[in-house]
Amino acid sequence: MQTATVKFKSQSVARLYFVAAIGLFVGQITFGLTLGLQYVIGDLFFPAIPFNIARMVHTNLLIVWLLMGFMGSAYYLIPEEAETELYSPFLAKLLFWVFLAAGAATILGYLLVPYATLAQMTGNDFLATMGREFLEQPLPTKVGIVVVALGFLFNISMTVLKGRKTAIALVLLMGLWGLALMFLFSFVNPSNLVRDKMYWWFVVHLWVEGTWELILGALLAFVLIKTTGVDREVIDKWLYLIVTMALVTGILGTGHHFYFIGLPPYWHWVGGVFSALEPIPFFMMMLFAFNMVQRRKRDHPNQAAILWAVGTAVMGFLGAGLWGFLHTLSPVNYYTHGSQITAAHGHLAFYGAYVLVVIAMISYAMPILRGREANPRRAQAWEMWSFWIMTIGMGVMVLALTSAGILQVWLQRIPTEGAMSFMATQDQLRFFYWGRVVGGVMFLVGLLAYLVSFFIGPAADEEEVLELPAGHRLQGA
Amino acid sequence: MSRSFTSQMARNIFYGGTLFFVLLFAALILDTENRIPERSNSAEITPAVVRGKHLWETRNCIGCHTLLGEGAYFAPELGNVYQRRGPEFIKIWIKAQPTGAPGRRQMPQFNFTDEQLDDLVAFLKWTNGVNTEKWPPNIEG
Repeated sequence: MQTATVKFKSQSVARLYFVAAIGLFVGQITFGLTLGLQYVIGDLFFPAIPFNIARMVHTNLLIVWLLMGFMGSAYYLIPEEAETELYSPFLAKLLFWVFLAAGAATILGYLLVPYATLAQMTGNDFLATMGREFLEQPLPTKVGIVVVALGFLFNISMTVLKGRKTAIALVLLMGLWGLALMFLFSFVNPSNLVRDKMYWWFVVHLWVEGTWELILGALLAFVLIKTTGVDREVIDKWLYLIVTMALVTGILGTGHHFYFIGLPPYWHWVGGVFSALEPIPFFMMMLFAFNMVQRRKRDHPNQAAILWAVGTAVMGFLGAGLWGFLHTLSPVNYYTHGSQITAAHGHLAFYGAYVLVVIAMISYAMPILRGREANPRRAQAWEMWSFWIMTIGMGVMVLALTSAGILQVWLQRIPTEGAMSFMATQDQLRFFYWGRVVGGVMFLVGLLAYLVSFFIGPAADEEEVLELPAGHRLQGA
Repeated sequence: MSRSFTSQMARNIFYGGTLFFVLLFAALILDTENRIPERSNSAEITPAVVRGKHLWETRNCIGCHTLLGEGAYFAPELGNVYQRRGPEFIKIWIKAQPTGAPGRRQMPQFNFTDEQLDDLVAFLKWTNGVNTEKWPPNIEG
């Protein structure tokens, strides 16, 4: 194998973040499977782990590990883009342990202490922020997230300030600052539920359909520039146009959450029109990825990283773009709002856009952090298998949930007289819920294959991975 | 993309476009803020409603139920439960949990006092009155 090292020593702090991210990912999927089973075996693990607790662990672990992945990616990417050592590697390591400890304490709190007691113990009566979907964290955790985010942003911003300011670094910085800024709305919890819901979306929507898309675009552009060798000028233009479309459509697209929660009816038009355009940036990302791979100036030995990157663009378009578009217009959403269709979209969008981009980044950077340009061919084969098994597993889950959603709408929402009750409808969906469990198990198998790939050495006949001959077809891309 | 279109131009489009839509969004939110009191009957938010919302949050009800269509999809929509079931049924139901029926989804027992149950019902009653543009399509939620 060709040896390679990080260009700047301080990039190696990323490794801690990546390892923790993958560990938490495994935890997330374990709880996801528990939830899938609870849909079909209602009293499973009750009262030890009720559904709401398992769900909180599942979604909060997702957020924490993706943030870990974003931070690790930034610590790897920023010194290389800025062409200078990280401002403070010590601060990066310190914040890692603070974040990990806070995350672990929060998850243990959910699992071991009744939620109401946890709220009382952690000052929720002083400033009530808990008990809202995805923002269930106790006050000290929320404050901790802000402190870690500020320290992290200070560190990478100082690094960029003293070094080269590339488009990728600037877009990434703006995305991360935006992420931290919007999180401040998690402290806003008016007693009027309608107002509460509106500001709640400032965090949730303006993260995943706003600021996170900047992070996604920057990470994808970085992996593509490194693996294809295409001119920076070309990649920069693409990146700026993609993030422009993301924010132009995504900011007013927030309105597609405002249809039925007590806000004025003009959001049906504003939200409908702009969110219908939200697939455009994802479509552009797909064009971008294929285009760059086609125009590549080199054949990078890390073919797995390219597969993950192209996979991000395609699955992001399907999950966030297509599955979002399916139910974004208000006449459709009137029937699908809060049904299993929403669950199907949420799963595919998070996987396609954010899970895959973090793995693409890890897949590109981790071999270099371990002292080689690319993993051995056999290890890459495991990674590629893992991509396909996870992606097909996710596909099975999403098709099952989409089918469940359509049937749910048909039985429970469409009839004006004598509609089926929620619980009676749930009984009718059991077949699809089992299908979802099958997809979930497959996803876990794919994830385990990914873990295995880290421990696969080179084959006996494989000594050096040199540049592949020009014109070599990309596997799976 | 043509060479005359530079990355500086793309960057300026990004800054300009983002700024424009941020300002437009802020203006719409300001207008929406002014309409929320009327659309949500905010004059009817009594101390009991506020206490009820606090109970709703600290028992993590959203972890299984939806409220105005948002939350988890494991248990019924509660935005219109006041209308669907009425206040007495809601209180009796909460007190009777968990049902313990084998294989069925279970709701925890929260050991609420009578006053807390009244607060929760007040919150659900107020929520039921929010103008949701006629959502949900029917009483089943």
